[in-house]
Parts: sequence; C-alpha cells; structure tokens
Amino acid sequence: MLKYLFARNEDIPPGTAAVFFGFSSIIWFVIGTGLGSFNAAKLAFPDFVMGSELFSFGHMRQVHVFAVIFGWISMAFAMAMMYITPALGNTKLWSEKLGVWNCFLWNVGLSLGLTLLWAGITSGREYSDFPWPIDLYIAAFIALPLAINVWMTIIKRRTQGIYTTNWFFGAGVFMVTIVFIVGNSPEWFNLTGLSEAYLTWWFAHNVLGLWITPVAAAIAYYTVPKVTGNPLYSHRIGHLHFWSVVVFYSTPAAHHLMSAPLPEWLKSFASVEGVLILVPAIAFVSNLLLTMQGKWHMFVENVEIKFTISGVLLAIPLNMQGGFQQTRAINWYVHGTGWIVAHAHLALLGFSTFLEGAAVYYGIQTLLRRKLYSLALANFHFWFLLIGFAIYWISMTIAGLIQGAGKIYEVPYIDVVIAEHPYMIARWVGGTMVFTGNIVWLYNMYMTARAGTEIPEGRLPHELAYER
Amino acid sequence: MAFREYKVGARLFGVALGGSMVITLYMPIVDMTSVAVTETGLKKQLSYGRIGGFSYEDPWMLGEGKPKTVVLNKDPKTGQPIETVDAYVYEPGIPFPSGIVHPRILGDGITQLSLDKGQIGSASEDAGAVFVIARGTHNGETVTYIENATATRGWQPAEVLSTGGDENTHYIGSGKIMFVKEGCWWCHTLLPEQTQDWQYFGIPPRLGDFNGESPTAFGSDRKAPDLLHVGARNSSKEWMMMHFFNPRLVQPHSIMPRYDYMWGDVDANGNPIDFKAWRAEYDAYAKGKTMYPPDVPEYAKDSQIRYLMDFILSLK
Ligand code: HEC
Ligand code: HEM
Repeated sequence: MLKYLFARNEDIPPGTAAVFFGFSSIIWFVIGTGLGSFNAAKLAFPDFVMGSELFSFGHMRQVHVFAVIFGWISMAFAMAMMYITPALGNTKLWSEKLGVWNCFLWNVGLSLGLTLLWAGITSGREYSDFPWPIDLYIAAFIALPLAINVWMTIIKRRTQGIYTTNWFFGAGVFMVTIVFIVGNSPEWFNLTGLSEAYLTWWFAHNVLGLWITPVAAAIAYYTVPKVTGNPLYSHRIGHLHFWSVVVFYSTPAAHHLMSAPLPEWLKSFASVEGVLILVPAIAFVSNLLLTMQGKWHMFVENVEIKFTISGVLLAIPLNMQGGFQQTRAINWYVHGTGWIVAHAHLALLGFSTFLEGAAVYYGIQTLLRRKLYSLALANFHFWFLLIGFAIYWISMTIAGLIQGAGKIYEVPYIDVVIAEHPYMIARWVGGTMVFTGNIVWLYNMYMTARAGTEIPEGRLPHELAYER
Repeated sequence: MAFREYKVGARLFGVALGGSMVITLYMPIVDMTSVAVTETGLKKQLSYGRIGGFSYEDPWMLGEGKPKTVVLNKDPKTGQPIETVDAYVYEPGIPFPSGIVHPRILGDGITQLSLDKGQIGSASEDAGAVFVIARGTHNGETVTYIENATATRGWQPAEVLSTGGDENTHYIGSGKIMFVKEGCWWCHTLLPEQTQDWQYFGIPPRLGDFNGESPTAFGSDRKAPDLLHVGARNSSKEWMMMHFFNPRLVQPHSIMPRYDYMWGDVDANGNPIDFKAWRAEYDAYAKGKTMYPPDVPEYAKDSQIRYLMDFILSLK
C-alpha cells in the first residue's frame, strides 16, 4: 500500500483503493467482533479479566461499536463505492490516488480514535463519542475525500442516466457528511442539556437512516441484478425507496428519547414518521425479491446472492420491529432493555453486514480477477454468521422482555440481573460464533488473493464454477 | 454530463433534506432552549463545571479544571454562622459553566435576575469566583438564580475552601468526569422513565433540569439500576466503598465490574495497596474457606474513587 501513496495516479492499477478498503474492512470486522465477543463475556462473567481500567466493560464497549461501524461497515461501503460507482458509470474511479490516501488516513485515524476511546477519552455522547479533534479528522480525511471521489466519478461518468445504486451512493456520502458535521458540533452552537442530548440522537438516528441503511440497500441494488443477470424489477419503486428514505428516515430522531422530557409534539411527530419508515423498507424488500424471479436457485448455489438475499430478508423483521417499537404503545415496555440491543444487531449484524459481506466477496473476486478460493469456507462463514446472529438476537430479545417486565412490575433490580444471566451466556456463545466465522472469512479471502483460480478476460466471477 | 438531467431531482432533494432539518433541528431546539432552568439545572451546571467529557482544560479526563462544591455553615468573610449553603468554588483559571458564559440559556427572568441581582457578568475566570444559588421572584413566582458571591458578598475561592475544610469539600465535577470516562452510563441510566419505573427510581427529570449540562449521560441501554436519585436511596459511604471495590462483596449476583483500580497505588495513609493479596483473600472468602472478606482499604484524598464517590452521593 505504502508504495502507491507516492505513485503517480496513472501508475496505480484501477481497483487498488477498493482492494485496500476491502481487506481493511475484513480485518476491522475480525477485530470488532472479537471485541464484541470479549464484551459479551464480561457481561456474562464480570470477573473475566479485571484489575485494569483498560479491560473494564465501560472502556471496551464503545471501542467495539466504533470498530464495527467505522471500521467494518463504513470501510466496506467505501470499498463498494470505489468499485461499483465507476462500474455503473462505465468509467474509472476519479482518483485512485485519493482513494488510496483515503484508505490509509482512515485506518490511521480510526486506530487513533479507538485508542483514545479505549483510554476513556470521550465526549460522553453516545454514537458521537469521539472527542472533537477526532471528529474534525474524520470529516476532513475520511468523509470528505470519499464524498469527492464518489461525486467526481458520478459526474465524469460515460452513461446517460444515473443508476439507482449511484443515487444512493451520491446522496449517502453527501448526507452523512452534513449529518456528521452538524451532529458533532453542539459545542459550537453552545447547545447543552436536553438540546444537546437530542442532537446526539439526531446524529445517531441519521447516521443509521441516511448512511448505513440506504448505502447497504444500494449495494443490493447492484449485486442482485449483476449476479443474477435479471434487470431490476422496477425503477419506479426504486424512486419511491429513495425519496421516502430522504423524507421519512431523516425525521424521527426523537423516538430514541421517548421517555425523556422532550416536547410532546416532537415525540408524537417522530413516532408517526417512524412508522412511515415502513414505506422505504417495503419498497426495497419487494423490489429486490421480485428481481430474483426465476433465479431463486442462486440463493442456494451462489455465495453473493446467499448473503444479499439473507440481508434483504432480515430487513423485514428489522423494519417491522423498528416501525412499531418506537410508538408509545410499545416503547414504554422495551425502552432501554436488551430488546434494543437485539434490534441494533439485527440492523447492523443482520441486515447490513450480510449485504456488505456480499459486496466485499464479489468485489475482491472481480478486482483481483480471481475466483473465490473455497465455497466450503464461504458457507461455513455464512452459517456461523447466521446462526451466531440468530442466537444473539433471540437471547437478547428474551432478555429484553424479561427486563421490560421487571421494569413495569418493579421487581428488585438484582432479580432481573439474575434472570438475564443465562441469556448473557447465550449471547456470548452466539457472538463468538460470528467472530470465528470472520476469522475463517479473512483466511478465505487471503487465499483467494493468493491462490484463487484466475478469471479469464471477459468473464465474471460468478460465471465460473466453484472449485473447493 | 454532470447532473444536468437531474436538475429537478437535485432541487427537490435540497428542499426535502432542508425541510427535514428545519422541522427536526431548528424547531425543537428553539423550543427546548426557551425553557427556564430549574434549581436542579442550576445545581448541576454549577457543580459540574463547563464540560463533563473531553475538553481542552482536561484532555486526559483526569478530573482537572473542575469546580469544587463546599458545604458552608459559616460566612468565610466574617466567620458568623449562616444557614447551610452550597458554595460552588471556581479557583482562578477554572472555566465557568455555560450558564455564566452564555446567561441567555438560563431562560426568561432567570437570566435577568442572575445578571442584575446576581452580578454574574462581573465574574472573571482569571480571578476565580464563588457562586451560590439564590432565590428571587419573577412574575410573582419564586425562582432560583445564580449569585456571584465574590461580587455580592466578597467571598474569595481560597477563603471558602479553607473555611469549609476538606471534609466539606466535594469533587462533584471531577466525579462526573470519572463517571463518563469509566463508562458507568453504558450500564446505568440517569433518566428515570416518564412511564413506569419512577416509582422505584424516583421522579423523572423535567425539561429545565439540564440547561447548561454537557453531556447529560442519559445512557440508553439499562443493565443496572437508574442512578439519577441513587444518593437519596442509599447514602452510605461504607456500602458504596465496598461496592465499588468489589460489587460482589455486597451483592453476590452483581455483574458490575470491580473498580478497585480507581483507588490508585496508595491508601489514605500513604501505604501501598496490595491488590494481589486482597484478591487472593477475597477468593478464599468467596469459596467459603474463610468467614470474613478482607477489609476494603480507605481511599486517598485525591484518588479517582473519591471524585466518583462525591459525584454519586450528590445524585439526590
Ligand atoms: C456491567 C455493567 C455495570 C457497569 C459498567 C457499572 N455498573 Fe453499577 N451496577 C450494575 C448492576 C448490575 C448493579 C445492581 C447490582 C448491584 O447492586 O451491584 C449496579 C449497582 C450500582 C449501584 C447501586 C445502585 C442502587 O440502586 O443501590 C451504584 C451506586 C452503581 N452501580 C454505581 C456505578 C458506577 C459509579 C459505575 C461506574 C464507575 C458503575 N456502577 C458501572 C452494573 C454496572
Ligand atoms: C461477535 C459478534 C458481536 C458481539 C458478541 C457483539 C456484542 C455486543 C455487546 C456485548 C454490546 C453491548 C451491548 C450492551 O451494552 O448491552 C454490543 C453493542 C453494539 N454492537 Fe455488537 N456485537 C457483535 C457484533 C456486532 C456487529 C457485527 C455490529 C455491527 C456491524 C455490532 C454493532 C453494535 C452496536 C451498534 C452496539 C450498540 C448497541 C446499542 O447501543 O444498543 N455488533 N455488541
């Protein structure tokens, strides 16, 4: 990588930035899920590793969250953007060199930021935990270069229209930059107290709604038609998805603070808008499932489709939960319980991760022009992820319902802690399965780069048979 | 080719996103910042100081650059006994909280009272100041406002500290830093919910309880009791000490981490703490081999655990 940092743009082979982003994202995924599994162990067995502040739960939790969101998810997005945007514009990435630098500075900045968080240096605001110098770094060296590269590639495209995926990519990088800058700057606006708390959740909500969800969906809009060979079922429904994301997903931030003393009008408004999130969700899921017509055998046979469609299917329970758990009728019971943690992992580890996984699998094969090393290992990865996630989700959902009951019947808190213990252990088991699956994935992708069969000129990876 | 064919789309996009930001950012924030601060809100910001997270005055989050809260029962100037009052002492160089620097966030009426009667405009960070909470009337209602006791009563930070003495001085602001740094808010909330659980955890906060506080550290997922009023439920320093050193001493089923490392290297008498020996003795007790657990060491005056304890016990 270092050698390309100072090479001339023309001398850098196309796809370099994407490959670097791809491998970085997998490595962060391994680190992030390893930390997740460690944290889960601490919640099940509190005296597991003690005596040092660095390994205390309160120091480790946000390191896990940021490693998976900024390291895994966002870097996998960057990888997808670096190869899908030019492919759909029938052109090359605007600047390969900017992409390589972007990846390098991203890894450096993230390592630095996580080290600070680990030491406890934080703003104390959930999801915008980084201290502000790191926020500035992220805006200047992570978000903006990525956005510029994506926009310039779209502008310099050699096709008539812009395909659905690229609307989402272009708008996603724009929105996340704005949301990031506004959401991290209460200090500059002298906002304190409740306004600051609200802004914190405005940011957290919009990072999910205007970055993680739409960009993950955009990837599926690419992989499914590309790999199955079917055209997208409906462009119109794609439009509906896009516009309803912008309008409905950007507004319900207050539903994260339903039990705080926010103005009542704001809570009611958020709650209604939150239900309307079902519009983009249904548009997305139906569009992609209908695109699969006649190609359902690939759901079993092809790795990328298996991942993508599992992600799409997981979007159904995700959005049903999301739409309804934030209404007052349900929120009072589940707010602040393990139910929400289960939901967060359904979104990030279920829905989103499966879609990005497909993009990384597909991207590395196309860019390196090598067929996947082992189908068996990929299936191992898939099932460990899916089963591990399912154990996680089920155990935390049950734990959440127990906590909810404990809350409304005012059971002494310690009894809730005791009742949750078996589910905490189950969560740890599930999480460790995910972690194990990821180590196998890293190995499989490494071997693909080294020893995968070369893909002949003019062929696509999914047209070749798997060998192992 | 640019975005030429997307002119309408691009504009609509701007309108949609802009409109959304007006409704979800501008309107709520105008609404929320117009609320007048309550007494709780004043207490919190005066005792916590400018910021409870990362800041340039305390980049490593050691609890530096924070005010001290002194419980006074005699006038530091005259030595006369007075009704007990909490004095918030900002020694020279300690940054002021938001309400002093931007008095408009205190809200209608309270801003004027604090400026006119409380003389907070004349306080200077370089010289230091002592603030107290005073009572006045606005529109016929009793309200609380901030009084700059350095200007109105001539109290100097150093005098207040020496009059109060160490046992009456509380490092609440530094303790809030510990609370944020140690991530207590990943398990505990500081927000009894408006629906049900306030019957056990105490009254839910009101809108004006937070003006000037940053961050609020509400917490989002609760794995442990709400702490907003914990000092009112349990004010036993001994219990807290044992519980922080090893929660399993007082609550065998607790999943709370041990915070023994916050004691630092030495105890109150300056003797080194032997953690290894302590843990070995504790393990023997936990296995039922001994009758009593080892004693928890008394903490040093300037240890992190003292800060944290002062903060937790201030949550009434
Ligand atoms: C892993 C989660 C976890 C973390 C992190 C945690 N706690 Fe706890 N805490 C608990 C649990 C569970 C209980 C209830 C059982 C008990 O009393 O130990 C509890 C109880 C308490 C209590 C007693 C509450 C009452 O109602 O009597 C206090 C006070 C407390 N914790 C303070 C803290 C502080 C301060 C920190 C940060 C330094 C902290 N906790 C970090 C889980 C946690
Ligand atoms: C090995 C698999 C994983 C394990 C064991 C794991 C474990 C955990 C644990 C223990 C927490 C703390 C929950 C709490 O405070 O109660 C957590 C939080 C979180 N994790 Fe994971 N995690 C895993 C994978 C992931 C992945 C892949 C993602 C995203 C792609 C993710 C995103 C998050 C988020 C966003 C939170 C914060 C949740 C909230 O605030 O409610 N995790 N995880």
